[in-house]
Amino acid sequence: MPRSSSASATVRWPAAMSDATIRGPVAGSDRGPFGNRKPWPERYRELADQARDPRLQAFYRTGCPAADTPIAEVPLVALDFETTGLDAEWDSIVSIGLVPFTLAAIRPGEGQHWLVKPKKSLSRTSVTIHGITHSDLQQAPDIGERFGELLSALAGRVPVVHYRGIEQPFLNAALQWRLQESIQFPVLDTMEIEAHLHPDRQPALWQRLLGKKPVSIRLADSRRRYNLPHYASHNAMVDALATAELLQAQIQHHFSPQTPIGDLWL
Amino acid sequence: MQAELIDIRNHMAQFPPFEELPDAMLDRVVERIEVAYYRAGTPILAIGQPNHWLYYIRSGAVEVFRRSGELYNRIGEGEIFGQFGLLMNKQVRFPVKALEDSLVYRIPDEIFQYLWENDDNFADFVEIEDRSRLRSALSRREKSNELMTSRVTRLISRAPVSAPCTIRLQEAARIMTEHGVSALLLMAEDSDQPHLQGIITDRDLRTRALSEALPSETPISDIMTEGLITTRANAFIFEAMLTMLHNNVHHLPVMDGDEVRGVIALSDIVKYESQSSLYLVSNIYHQQDVKGLKKISRDVRDSFVRMVNEDANSHMIGSAMAGIGRSFTQRLLELGEEKLGPPPVPYCFMALGSMARDEQLVVTDQDNAMILDDSFVPEQHDGYFLELARFVSDGLAQCGYSYCTGDIMATNPKWRQPLKVWKSYFTDWIEDPRAEALLNSNIFFDLDGIHGETRFAEQLKTLVADKASNSQRFLAMLARNALNRTPPLGFFRTFVLEEDGEHNKTFNLKRRGTAPLSDLIRIHALASGSRAQNSFERLNDIARTRLLQGESVGNLRDALEFISIVRIRHQALAIEAGREPDNNVRPQDLSPFERSHLKDAFQVVNNAQKFLRFRYGSVAGRHV
Repeated sequence: MPRSSSASATVRWPAAMSDATIRGPVAGSDRGPFGNRKPWPERYRELADQARDPRLQAFYRTGCPAADTPIAEVPLVALDFETTGLDAEWDSIVSIGLVPFTLAAIRPGEGQHWLVKPKKSLSRTSVTIHGITHSDLQQAPDIGERFGELLSALAGRVPVVHYRGIEQPFLNAALQWRLQESIQFPVLDTMEIEAHLHPDRQPALWQRLLGKKPVSIRLADSRRRYNLPHYASHNAMVDALATAELLQAQIQHHFSPQTPIGDLWL
Repeated sequence: MQAELIDIRNHMAQFPPFEELPDAMLDRVVERIEVAYYRAGTPILAIGQPNHWLYYIRSGAVEVFRRSGELYNRIGEGEIFGQFGLLMNKQVRFPVKALEDSLVYRIPDEIFQYLWENDDNFADFVEIEDRSRLRSALSRREKSNELMTSRVTRLISRAPVSAPCTIRLQEAARIMTEHGVSALLLMAEDSDQPHLQGIITDRDLRTRALSEALPSETPISDIMTEGLITTRANAFIFEAMLTMLHNNVHHLPVMDGDEVRGVIALSDIVKYESQSSLYLVSNIYHQQDVKGLKKISRDVRDSFVRMVNEDANSHMIGSAMAGIGRSFTQRLLELGEEKLGPPPVPYCFMALGSMARDEQLVVTDQDNAMILDDSFVPEQHDGYFLELARFVSDGLAQCGYSYCTGDIMATNPKWRQPLKVWKSYFTDWIEDPRAEALLNSNIFFDLDGIHGETRFAEQLKTLVADKASNSQRFLAMLARNALNRTPPLGFFRTFVLEEDGEHNKTFNLKRRGTAPLSDLIRIHALASGSRAQNSFERLNDIARTRLLQGESVGNLRDALEFISIVRIRHQALAIEAGREPDNNVRPQDLSPFERSHLKDAFQVVNNAQKFLRFRYGSVAGRHV
């Protein structure tokens, strides 16, 4: 059962939440109900033995914090991918942004941003969305060349994403593609937290007629609710930074620095 | 620096002290910052704790407290805190709490020290608290003007030439010719130590001796000027210049205690500063008619712009402009008396408002009045004074001093009255105060006799100084009126803008800046029994009482100086661009530096108004 250490202002995280509340593809068939203290440290030990690639072995061996560790003590890494689409099997990653952080401090200067060459050439719509050009990507390295740096940046840290349907599935697919291996890791999902805070975000018809607007849980809209600044530029690293800031705000408003990481990871 | 950090960089580059950092230095800052979020109400810095960061507010707002727990400041987006602890002992000196949900950037001490050692602007900015920040902003501006930084002793080229005041006219003329001086100091030798008794100048010899055909044996003491206007040896040249302008004298003995160090003449300063407003003043006295005055009045604006470009301070510019205005008025009165004949009874011509305060600028109307001798008989004498008043008023209008819209001019019979009536006016205003009446008569509490029997004006000043400090109701009414005009500062130090005539979003630096300041300074000055009219001199008098804490007086002085100088510069820029100068400023026309310091200055006005409300609020039965 999850617990929260400070009283009234904190949200009681549900012990179980149906996956039906989560839209989009969800990877990993062994996921339990939301908020369940999944035994990620044990899982990492098993996966370390199963992994064949030394980079992946190193990633798992660095380990995962125990589920009862207060979130304030957990090293985190905000992670954001820009992709050619939403289907991990079909689409591919074009850029990776990450920013290591803790609840107390985000260090944007230690952030990383890489472009990677997609499996298939870019569609026109994606070009305009990401502001990344064909020639940028043609010159970018294959994702296989980034595995080492990426996995070592993630090692020992719990990834934080805004919408978990992207990063883990896409990274998993990329590893399958290049190494024929899979990857699993816990994530904190800031969008999921917002979804939970606003369960009735789609107003009923009569509410819509009265002018009630749906509550958006998109990154920029969520940030606005916490008085976080608007970022003009958009790329994977800026969005990762934006996600890290959002998590800090969410924890301060609705949880506590003592909240066990196991109550929040998925 | 990574391109992905550009958002952070662009934000910081908008605000001092980062806006002026070289690119490479700012990059270094951005690479090393840490980001942290604080929910509204959360403490950020607690007193006495170690602190190793400079904090920058990216979004939100925080409150800074004094050691005592009293609120010290509210700061918002783009502002910094934590610097004092870093400069001192790496401990928190002012506790800070998030007022709104805030995202802050933390800059490590190491980077802070690097910037502090390598960038003078940055060091200047962080070394001073924001109120004293204002002060250093001012002193930086004043560097270049020699009039402001050189002492009068620099103008003394020879030992003073003096003689006993018992000598005769002929002897005095001989000594002056022999030494080639235009002024002779006359010493009283009745005590052990001879001391300065009077002065005689070339001009005196012409006007008082030759034109009257006095015998050469006339004792010099009969025609010398006594009750001398002097200056101190440690005075700055501009102070001596102001003294000459204000008193219309052309020679100033320079005193070191009781000892005369020398004499400086108008021509010394004019030589020093050939384009100075003193030159314009002496030119005014050479004009023989209104046409001539009108012609040289075109130089007033040039003189103003020149002083601004020479980085003169507001006191100097205000006094010089008032001195010029006073000279036009005096010359017009002389010309009027020549035309109409000598006045039938003695009178005093009085300047009111900004001219009396020595705070005049280029956009100004005429505010004046006449105090007539108590022997005045309206049926016999008023025809003369009305005509004289009209002559002066019309002449001033021709010279660019427009008619007073409130009809506060000597042409209005109400303001052309014998001394006894004036005394009853002031007694009524002070002893039976009514807010509406005082709103219109406020201007009479800045008064200065500029021609004729100036002692009449002095009597009124004495009456005001004696009565005002004892009438709490009067002071409370003034306070209530003074609170009608507030500084244009919104919550979180944003400017509150109004639409001007051309639909620009502006704020009025006079109505919402200098005017509320001089109003509240006047009230404190009256409460402390001061006879001074100039706001800076009033502040000196206030500082001698315990009415305000010493620090508040300094803050008010800095705020007045800064707002005035921004207003002055705004007008000078308009003149140079060929536009009509006004008081409406658009925030985007100010530099970030000026914006930041203006906010500091307005904050001072804000606090001073709060104090005024607190001090006098209960007496008046406030309805604001």
